[in-house]
Order: sequence, then structure tokens, then C-alpha cells
Amino acid sequence: MQVNLTVNGKPRSDDVEPRLLLVHYLREHLGLRAANVGCDTTSCGACTVLLDGKSVKSCTVLTAQAAGQEVTTAEGLGDGDSLSPVQAAFRQEHGLQCGFCTPGMVMAATGLLAENPHPTETQVREGLEGNFCRCTGYHNIVRAVLAAAAAGSVESAEAGQ
Amino acid sequence: MLTGRAAGPKLLYQEVITAEPPPVLPGPQPGTTIGHRVTICATLRRLRGAGSSVSILGTRVLRTEDPRFLTTGGVYTEDVVDERLAGACHLFFVRSPIAHARITGIDVSAALEAPGVVAVFTGADVADLPSRKGPAMINQEMAQRPLATDTVRFVGEPVAVVVTAEPYQGEDAIELVSVDYDPLPAVVGFEAAMAGEVLLFEAAGTNVAAEFGKRGEQQADLFDGCDVVVTRTIANQRVAPAPMETRSAAAVWGEDGRLTAWIPNQGAQGTRASLARQLGVDAAQIRIITPDVGGAFGAKFGADPEHAVAAWAARELGRPVRWSETRFENLIAMTHGRAQEQTITIGGKRDGTVLAYRLDILQDAGAYPRIGAILPSLTILMAPGPYAIPRAEAFASTVVTNTTPIGAYRGAGRPEATAALERAIDLFAAEIEVDPAQVRRTNLLPPFTEPHQTAFGALYDSGDYVAALDTALTAAGYDELRREQAARRARGDTLQLGIGLASYVEITGDGDESGPPTENATVEVHPDGTATILTGTSPHGQGHETAWAMLASDELGIPLDKITLKWGDTDLIPQGGGTGGSRSLQQGGAAVQQASQELIEVGRGRAAAELEASPADLIFDVERSAFAVTGDPEASVPLASLAAAERLLVRSVFSAPGATYPFGTHVAVVEVDTETGKVFLRRVVTVDDAGVVLNPLLAEGQRHGGIAQGAAQAFLEEVVYDADGNPLTASFADYPFLSATEVPSFELADMATPTTYNPLGAKGIGEAGTIGATPAVQNAVIDAVAHLGVRHIDMPTSPQRVWAAVQAAAQEAGGPPDGQRPSRSENA
Repeated sequence: MQVNLTVNGKPRSDDVEPRLLLVHYLREHLGLRAANVGCDTTSCGACTVLLDGKSVKSCTVLTAQAAGQEVTTAEGLGDGDSLSPVQAAFRQEHGLQCGFCTPGMVMAATGLLAENPHPTETQVREGLEGNFCRCTGYHNIVRAVLAAAAAGSVESAEAGQ
Repeated sequence: MLTGRAAGPKLLYQEVITAEPPPVLPGPQPGTTIGHRVTICATLRRLRGAGSSVSILGTRVLRTEDPRFLTTGGVYTEDVVDERLAGACHLFFVRSPIAHARITGIDVSAALEAPGVVAVFTGADVADLPSRKGPAMINQEMAQRPLATDTVRFVGEPVAVVVTAEPYQGEDAIELVSVDYDPLPAVVGFEAAMAGEVLLFEAAGTNVAAEFGKRGEQQADLFDGCDVVVTRTIANQRVAPAPMETRSAAAVWGEDGRLTAWIPNQGAQGTRASLARQLGVDAAQIRIITPDVGGAFGAKFGADPEHAVAAWAARELGRPVRWSETRFENLIAMTHGRAQEQTITIGGKRDGTVLAYRLDILQDAGAYPRIGAILPSLTILMAPGPYAIPRAEAFASTVVTNTTPIGAYRGAGRPEATAALERAIDLFAAEIEVDPAQVRRTNLLPPFTEPHQTAFGALYDSGDYVAALDTALTAAGYDELRREQAARRARGDTLQLGIGLASYVEITGDGDESGPPTENATVEVHPDGTATILTGTSPHGQGHETAWAMLASDELGIPLDKITLKWGDTDLIPQGGGTGGSRSLQQGGAAVQQASQELIEVGRGRAAAELEASPADLIFDVERSAFAVTGDPEASVPLASLAAAERLLVRSVFSAPGATYPFGTHVAVVEVDTETGKVFLRRVVTVDDAGVVLNPLLAEGQRHGGIAQGAAQAFLEEVVYDADGNPLTASFADYPFLSATEVPSFELADMATPTTYNPLGAKGIGEAGTIGATPAVQNAVIDAVAHLGVRHIDMPTSPQRVWAAVQAAAQEAGGPPDGQRPSRSENA
């Protein structure tokens, strides 16, 4: 079936199998392999992307369901070679080790901060409950999200002046 | 170089904690690193007598590898795009749904008719492949076929493999392979295994795979003279390593008859050797390439039967193949960890002195003995831990059961030792009604700077265990916590406070039967001023690209961003021990530093010729990455220029005199709802002394991750089988994988007692977390309900177990739990 959607700002039109999962479309058809498949029960969140700005697990979205919508992956988050504020905070706070959960974690954090720009630590933990990490114990991931939120506050304050 | 056992470690540096302890409960504490970091780099300079320029060693250098992980993502095996893999087929395994059965027939005809199916292979097709046998000390009859032939022995065992053109076709086609099974009684649990009424391997004549020590020769007088003796059988339950990246492979045979295989692993050279054995080919015929690896935790050493089948299928079909397992497969067919039952007996005096300790271990090997089958040897080695126990003995039996094979999992044998001992100490403390911190302080070995030989054969290199305990107690605000606990008990609060301790010493960077630990590194400086490092270690999250570049940069004066690290390609790096057992920095890092220093000396000779000066008159100016003539700074030649004239590289092998023994103390604070049994982990405060720290950012990350995994085993995670051997935790919907909401931020206190076994002064940090946190959290949970008469709760301390323990203690006391009862009960 023909599916039209936008991925990282670029319009796409592809003929896909109706059962093709969005994560496999991104990885195999478009070669965008930042999002990973870490489980088969929508539990781990390694495949998280933004769909019209909201974080979704792309292993549980059919490509067809994304038709007409805007998909953003980790590849499309920064501006060229520069990291997005969330990506930069993950680096600054050492919020990643093996990196497998990282693109999904960054997208989930980005979605979280879009909904709640000033989360508490508890809200960050609850917001990321559906994204598993085996390496970091979540400690530095939480710090990274809080740091990104703080940086965002500074930016918006400066923009408002 | 300050190596050599004879010289003995010297306590050169120890950090002093000056920060105030954070406020106590209730409520989670913000994640803070306690204590100040002082001149670790200066210590390193002192250790190796280097020059005066400011060193980046010991500083929080951000990871150079991060930008690609954060944007395009790592290139894991499934992501590899390579022309050699063009047109690759996809493998899907048909796995046994029954724990123990005879295979009476396999019909692949329907699968062969399915769309996209290239081939279907069964055990008969791979008859030419050797069986996979366990480690040398294991009963060699307990061997696994790459694909099961006549008998399956665990749910998840590969029985057949379907090869298809496209991945989705394979998922469809495996459903069409029809296997007839004649079920056999399943052996699940130690009792059934030891009874031996049903044997997994008839030819072995027993379910016992190996024995360690002589159980029949227990010292009858071991506990003579003890006022108090406490004994208890406890579980160190089976858990799943569950790295986020599951197992995977891509394989292709070249026209030269050599196999190239991309496999996520912890050491390509070991993976090559394992694959060679399983394929029955010479290791020289195999090239392993290691893409990014999405976590391993001990479970990605070597190669699994599926990897061998993938390589075999690629040869059979004359086409490249790819395989990536699902999470469901990963949870039933990747090795599990732990799986011990321990009977601990501890005795001593009422003043808190421990006189004797016995550890009796049953180790579940799963269906086919792997490395996990021999890990009790490490548990026994570390049985007495950090304590001066006058009399101790330990032994173990490993048995096979109809469950997933047991392998290494972060800590691999040592967490089991610490968990047993720290539970024993707490049981003893409860029995004599002495504060568990005081019992530990009474029995910990005094500080030592000369190696300490234990009765179990370990040679602890350096340690100050009491300081670690006291530092952790201070950082946690232990006395205040005890006061808060007493207040809650007095009030009979529903939400009770528990404080758990674990003091540990562990072994890292050990050698093997071939000798003391060694590792190699090659450092090359290029004419354009860049450098390349080849390492025999193999990062999968630890940050070697940054850390190894720091070490080379510090010697060579080449910026971090101009240094490239390569690893995991066996054609490029034929030797190497990989990354595991917390060995990388102390051996692999030391090798990088050594090679860099030797490269400077090679360069010095060439520079002397170039500058027509005596080598002795040259200084190496790290700031300029150049040699200069003393007293004539204008007469200089950069390293890069020397490399332009002739390749400038050094391969060096670092050899350590032995293993190192990091140590520490963890303090866990939990709240337990005495009505529901629910455990809330509120704080984990740790001192993990792994010697001199190269990059605190990376070391703290290792501690955080380990603490979380260790805590998860204590109160959450468990692989569960039913009585028929059916796995009940085969998905992330069922296996209680730790999430962000279940742990607090962690509080790390610093302490650094250097080792002299390597010039960095570093011990291993990778496994400290799982060694200390597990018993600390378990002890905390039990401590929270100890006043209700509870003495022990097995891990994981689930609400059901905690609730049941509280109820049982109340029944024994003859009334409902009311929080007011005296805190003694003999058998709860």
C-alpha cells in the first residue's frame, strides 16, 4: 500500500506491506537505524520516535498509521552536526553507555520536555518508565533530562527578554 | 614501572571525605556525589614520575564516542551495512517449547513451501559439527548439539533453523516446522537434580556436573567455641542479563575459504576461538569483526550455538546470512546468571567476634554446563570476603536442570559470595542483638599495604575495609537513620524504615590457567599528527574510546579528537583478552600507556639522529608533541614528522603480577509497607574503592549501572520456571526489568587506595555495584521488618514474600504484627 508521510522534515512516499512496522520502515526502507528494536512487547522503548511531536514506540505503530504525519527520529533532532539540547545534555551528564537505548531515550525525553518543560525528578522518572536502560541505572539519564530542562528554562528566559 | 608482587602495594593516596552527610529520609534524595575530588592526576604523576605539564588523567573528560550514539545511533550488528553482506538471507530458529523431551520427528515440508524460504536445517543437517562441551572440569558427557537431535533439554533450545530471503518471511515460516516431541519428566530445582531419578544425560550417569571441595569432609569442630551458631539456606536466584541489544550475527565465507563474522561480543579473540571449536575449523580461518555492542554484562563472551549455526549455514548455502534474535528468544536462550542455593552457617561470640563460617553451594548450570557451571570456584575463592574469620570452609556442587544454561552475569560468582557472607553477618548480628555495622567493624581485616593471603587462596593486594565502612556510614548518616527507624518502630508506622549494609572485597582482572593477566596495545603516530590505538580489550559501553585516548594523549601530546581506537577485528588484533571481570583499564589501559611511553623512546632515538643530538639531551615536550634539545627549544622535531620519515608504532604487552581486589561498603535505605509488603528503595550510598580513577565520569557511570542491577536482583528481578520447566518470564512484559521509577538517584562517596600492580594504580570498577548493592538492599528490606520477628526473606523481596514473612513471624509470635513486639524470634 502507498504511504505518504514526513520523516525528519522530508516528505516520503513508499509502497509498503500493510503489516510493516514503523520501526522497520525507518530502519530498512529509509536506512535510519538510530531507533532500535529491544523487545517484542512494547516494553523497552528503544524504538521511541516522535509522531507529530509526541513520543511513540515505533515497534507498535504500523507504517500505514503514520500516514500524513511527521516522524522525527534521533537523526533529525539536531541541526546538522550540532546536538539538540537534550542530546547535548545526555553527553554532558554521561547519560549513555552502550548507546542502544539512547536514541529512544533521547526521543522520549524530548517528548517529555515538550509536554512538561519543568519536570521534577519524580516526573522525569515516571515519564521515562517505558524506556529501559541496562547500563546507567538511570541516574545520569535523569540528570541529563533535568539539565536539559534547566538549559531550556534559561533559553526561554533569554528569548523572552 | 611499579609492578611486582615482591614490592608490595603501598598506600599512597586516600581521599578524605569532608562533605556533610545529606539529610535523611523520608523522601528520595537528589543524586549527589559526596566528597571532593582532589589531585588524582597528581597522584598519577607521582606514581610514574612524569613531568610538570597538567595531566588530563583523573579528570571528567566527556566521551568522544557520544555524538554518533546520540544522533545516527551506534552501528550494532543488525545495523551493519557491508557489501560482503549484500543479498544476505535471514535465519530464524525453531526452538523447543518443552523443557525435556525426545524428538520423534521433524517435518519441514510445509515450511519449505512457504514464501521466501531458502532452506530449513535440522540437527541431522549439522551432524558434522562437533558437540559443544562445557569447561574442562565439567562432566564432558554433558554436551550440546548445535541443533538438538534426539533430545531437547530446555525451553528455547534450538531444534531447527529456517532461512528466508526477507525477515518477516522467516517469522511466518518457523510456525510451519512441525516437531513431534515425546515429553520426559522435567528436572527443575536442586532437589530434583540432586535426587537424580531423572537424568538429563544418561551417559553421564548423574546430574552433577562438577564438585568443588569435599562436602563429605566437613570439619566437625568448625564451630567449636562459638557462643552462637546460626544457619540458613538462602537463594541467590536466577536472573537474566538482558542487555538491551539481543544476540545477533552476520556471516559470510570468502572465496579464500575464510569466514567473516560480525558478532556482538566482549572479546573478539575469544569469540573466534569459541566459534572455531564449534565449527571444527582452525581459528585462522575466522575473522571476527565487532560492531558496536549494546551491552553484554558477561553474557556475550565467546560464541553461542546459534552463532555457530549461522556461520555453518552461510557456508552451506554459499551466501551471507544474518540473524538477530527477538527479546522472547533472548530471555529463554541467552545464558542466565547467578542461580545458586547457599547454606550459610556462621558462629561466634556474643561480643560480635565471628569465629567460623561455612558456605555450602548448590549451583544450577541449566541444561548444558557453560561458564556458570564453574563460577562456584570464584564464589569459594571470595567466601571469607573482607573479614578476618579464623576458621572457614566452602564447597559446591553444580547440577544440570532442564532450564536455560547459566553463564556469567556482572560479577560472575563474586556477588554470590558477598550476598551469602553479608546475609550471614546480618543473621549473626540479629542473633546476638548487636548493630550490624558494629559486627562488621569488629571483624573486618585491619588496613594492609602488603598483600594479604587468605585461607582460600586469594591474595588481596591492598585494602582499608574499615575506612570504607566508616566512610559509607558517615555519608549515609547512619546514626540518624537508626534514630528515625527507632521512632517509626516505636510509633508502629505502616511504612517502616530498613537500613542494609554490605561490606565487600572482590577480585578483578585475574589471569587464567595460562598465567598472570596480560593485555596488548599498539600505538601508532601518523604523519598528519593523528594516532591510532589497537587494543585487545573490547568496549560495550565502558567508554574505552575516551579513556584509552586520554592515556595516549597524556603521553604523546596528541589531542583526544585526533586519536582513534580500534578493537574487535581479529585480523587487525589477533590477540586480546576482551572486556570482562573488570579487567580493561588495569591491563588494557596500562598497555596503552606502556606502549605510548615506549613509542616516545623509539621516537627519541630517531629524533636524536634527526637533530644530531644525544638521546639523553632530548626532552619530550608533551605540549608540542615534539622532541627538543635541552637548552635549545628551537631545535626540535615533532612526533608526526618522525612518523613521516618512517612508520612510528609500538606494540606492547602489559603483564600484571596478579589480580587486584577492589573493596567497599554499600548502605541501602528502604521503606517497606508492612501491610502490603511493598518495598520502596529510597537511597543507596556507596563507597567503591577501585584504586586510582582515570575518568570519574566513566567510573561513576559504571557504579551507577552496577548498583541498579544489583538492587534489581535484591528486590525485583527473577527468572521463574514452573514445575514443568516452562519459563514464566519470557518477555519484558513478564520479566520485571528495572525501570527508572524503581530506583532513586545514587549517592557515591569517593575513596581511592591505589594498587601497585599496574602503573595507573587502578583496580576494576565494572562489577562493584552488583557485588555490594544486592546484599545491601536485601539486608535493608529484612532490617525494615526485623522488629516484627523476621530474620530472612529470599530474593527478590517481592511484596508477596515480604508480606508472607511478616505474617509468618506474627503467627509464630501468636498475634498480628503490630510493630510493638520485642524484636526477637528464634526461627522466623
